[in-house]
Amino acid sequence: MHAVILGCGRVGATLALMLQVDSHSISVIDRDREAFRRLGQRFRGKTILGIGIDEDVLKRAGIERAQAFAACTSGDNSNIMSAQIAKVKYKVPRVIARIYDPLRAEAYKELGIDTISPTLLGAGLCLDFFLERPWRTVAEYQALPEILAHS
Amino acid sequence: MYVIVVGGGKVGYYLTKALVSAGLEVTVIEKQRRRYELLQEEFGDAAFLGDGCEVRTLEQAGAPRADLLAAVTGDDEDNLVSCQMAKRKFKVKRVIARINNPKNEETFQMLGIDETVSSTKLIYSLIEQEVEVADVIPLTALRRGNLELVEVALPDTSPIVNRRVRDIALPQNCTLALLVRGNGAQVIDGDTTLRAGDLIVAITPSGHVQEFRTAMLGKAIATPP
Repeated sequence: MHAVILGCGRVGATLALMLQVDSHSISVIDRDREAFRRLGQRFRGKTILGIGIDEDVLKRAGIERAQAFAACTSGDNSNIMSAQIAKVKYKVPRVIARIYDPLRAEAYKELGIDTISPTLLGAGLCLDFFLERPWRTVAEYQALPEILAHS
Repeated sequence: MYVIVVGGGKVGYYLTKALVSAGLEVTVIEKQRRRYELLQEEFGDAAFLGDGCEVRTLEQAGAPRADLLAAVTGDDEDNLVSCQMAKRKFKVKRVIARINNPKNEETFQMLGIDETVSSTKLIYSLIEQEVEVADVIPLTALRRGNLELVEVALPDTSPIVNRRVRDIALPQNCTLALLVRGNGAQVIDGDTTLRAGDLIVAITPSGHVQEFRTAMLGKAIATPP
């Protein structure tokens, strides 16, 4: 399959390399050329310099034929907007947006955008480690805790 | 009427100022403390420190009872999220987004935000009016963008010059509304005969602008990006 990854930070670059191992075709977008260095010498996919909320940039990355799109820039709102463009306009079947703000992630989940909040995941994993509890499922970590919903 | 302005930059500042002097109840949300302090100095409690894309900030700023929210930060993605949160989460009746990339107008519409304002597009259309003398100039969008109010000046070469309006074949649902000739304006009816130099204000479905252009000017000009 062809996958488009927006944001070549640690998550984006690692995801790209993992996909390459499974021999998928990959385009990675970032607005900073330096970021592509994280991909190393062995990356064979495409790198595109540009802003991910610009449709011309997404098209250059092959969004029209993509089966998967992951938005993992450091900006929650850029991730939300580009994920919606990929899903609604280009009908990409698998779209995910990484959203740090758990409340925003929850709100967009309600609106039908698949989101992952590393904040909830990270905090939840630490908590379970501290309390020596067994690991939970991803969905359980992603459920918004009551204390965040009403504070 | 209660209005929330998201973004206290230059646009947000002057918008808030105008709304306050119009006697409306306004809150302007700004996330940078230094900028917020400036706003607070002038607007007092109407200035609110926080991120206008966050559910909690919007809630505290009174989004549940707001009649209108205008997101006017310099970032299109932030304005989209503010508007979507306001509309979907807090059921704000009317939301308006400022956009920088004119192409986002269509994207925002597709994502449920119908009212957008783009200074890039406004300035572009002013320049366009200057250079493309014989062209169909978009004036404003009606019915959430489904209809366009346009103006066209008829050149000598127009196929409809010296003809009565009832004899002209117009694309479906296009209406010639107003004729500006010299310093006067008149409503166009079937008996109106058009002349070179006439300025016509018309209403056309957005999808039929090209056909309308051909009917008025006898040629189709590609719409600029």
